[in-house]
Amino acid sequence: MKAVCWMGTNKMSVENVPDPKILNPRDAIVRITSTCICGSDLHLYNGLIPTMEQGDIMGHEFMGEVVETGSAVQPEKLKVGDRVVVPFTIACGRCFFCQQKLWSCCENSNPNYWIAEKMMGYSPSGLFGYTHMMGGYAGGQAQYARVPFADVGPLKIPQGIPDDKVVFLSDIFPTGYFGAVNCDIKRGDTVAIWGCGPVGQFAIRSAFMLGAERVIAIDRFSYRLEMAEQGGAETINYEEVDDVVQTLKDMTANVGPDSCMDAVGMEAHGDNPMYALDRVKQAFKLETDRPIVLRQCIQACRKGGTVSVPGVYSGFADTIPMGAFMNKGLTMKTGQTHMMNFMQPLLQRIEKGEIDPSFVISHRMPIDSAPQMYKTFRDKQDRCTKVVLDPWATATAA
Amino acid sequence: MNENNSNTNLSSVVSNRAWRQSAPWIAGAAMAAFGLSRRSKSGLALAAAGGALAYAGWRANTSESDQFLARGSVLLNCSPQEAYQRYRNFEDLPKFMFHLESVTKIGERQYRWVALGPVGIPIQWDAEIVDERENEFISWRSLPGSELTAAGSVRFEKAPSGRGTILTAITHFDHPAGKLGYAVAKLFGKVPNFVMQQDLRRFKALIEAGEIATTEGQPHGPRSLKAAALKLADPDRPLARSAPMSEILKQQRRTA
Repeated sequence: MKAVCWMGTNKMSVENVPDPKILNPRDAIVRITSTCICGSDLHLYNGLIPTMEQGDIMGHEFMGEVVETGSAVQPEKLKVGDRVVVPFTIACGRCFFCQQKLWSCCENSNPNYWIAEKMMGYSPSGLFGYTHMMGGYAGGQAQYARVPFADVGPLKIPQGIPDDKVVFLSDIFPTGYFGAVNCDIKRGDTVAIWGCGPVGQFAIRSAFMLGAERVIAIDRFSYRLEMAEQGGAETINYEEVDDVVQTLKDMTANVGPDSCMDAVGMEAHGDNPMYALDRVKQAFKLETDRPIVLRQCIQACRKGGTVSVPGVYSGFADTIPMGAFMNKGLTMKTGQTHMMNFMQPLLQRIEKGEIDPSFVISHRMPIDSAPQMYKTFRDKQDRCTKVVLDPWATATAA
Repeated sequence: MNENNSNTNLSSVVSNRAWRQSAPWIAGAAMAAFGLSRRSKSGLALAAAGGALAYAGWRANTSESDQFLARGSVLLNCSPQEAYQRYRNFEDLPKFMFHLESVTKIGERQYRWVALGPVGIPIQWDAEIVDERENEFISWRSLPGSELTAAGSVRFEKAPSGRGTILTAITHFDHPAGKLGYAVAKLFGKVPNFVMQQDLRRFKALIEAGEIATTEGQPHGPRSLKAAALKLADPDRPLARSAPMSEILKQQRRTA
């Protein structure tokens, strides 16, 4: 089959690899119909998260049709022919954490748990196509994927709804929603969201669903800010103002937003000397993460407010304003999304027509163009917001 | 990590820095606990010897009196009864103790253990259950005349607030001489606690999830030459990139 493989920093390539096989009784094999490039894949593309290996298959946002199931998968849970969206987190469903619905903290799905434990103390769940530290599972930017614990994660999708509307249930829609849930929004709240990529876009809409009065979205690309405005947000282009924190103060009568969301993560950009210093430190591996947005979130948040972090961080970040965090009595909520809590309710919202997630798609391409699309997406060329790949289309059809 | 190449690295394996740093108090405490738990004269002797051995034995260079001691614990989302019964079925231990080839019943409470040594060196010992209480604990030791002198215990305790069962296991081996000694060192010598923890995590996975998560046998694109060479040299070694996290990845990976 065709698969997008990580061949080194800035090197993606579409390779012919063997088809996946059932390896465990609770596995299923999915023939993939749609698969996406996620903003978090760019951290791997840029070589910033350790424990990738040349030849690793990328991708964690995919859907398709079940073509084979393992011996322990009950037909009432999942059977051949089912159309499914596969969540990016892998969960066994039976450990303490799964039973607490902390699915992304599953104890039994990461075979390389001990690498993550070295770095983080304890290991989160396995993830598709996202480093060996997170399990080393082959990802879904391919024609087929093996899905472990297939009786827990995959969400069955009725026929008749196009892929474009539901494929983002695999990650970014629930992740944006989870980011908004983590803001602890009360009716009338003001929420500031840094990052107007796909997760930020879904977070904006989710914040309104959860009762926010105002959402203020922050980015530097006008086409993304326009999309945020279409979602009902007020916007700040941080390159056009002197100081984002002061601007937020001015917009909120010197109170500050009730919640601040970092939907950017470890590769944040900025336009101040601190940003330059972080770039240097990251380049020399003195810190893994550039927490420019996280710092601003903590500074800008109102006293007693909540900082929500759906943006991906991988290791260590410097100069976090802990004094502000402590003295203002802030709360921080974060985590890889506990996918299974949100997929079904959000599917219902899509079915009822409350939201059509396909609005974020800017590019539909055949899988062969994945290497080029990684570059386009990373460099924000061609108004790129979200790339959906068709694993079966040929390059000439594009 | 190059002990594939020759036997001469045995001393470096045994004198592994991390092990040396953590061994004294673990060994002393564990041996004392194990000795006391046996409630016998030999047990008391073992307990008393624990401290002395912990201090002296590990300061010395390798010798035939060295011991490998492993200790680990894990929280299982099941009752002590279920955990005990699954564990007590010794013939099934190789399902999650990947370094074991087989466990065979050879007597009333006696079992023959065969471990997979490196380059075809089998490690075999006969052991008997010296004491056990249903759903609570099992302790065992090797039979006199066995090729290997070993002992261990496993405890099953109810965790608070219905959180399942806390399993605690201790195993120690005398370090035999010669080729067998090398084989034992290869299996358990680097990071005995890590080998133990891997076993217990797999037991947990089997009990809770019904299977052990794996990526062995999944497809991938072309690996680098360096990666292939390293994999050939040591199939269990993770393949590090030249990132600062390579420090983390230097951590030895022995699942045997």
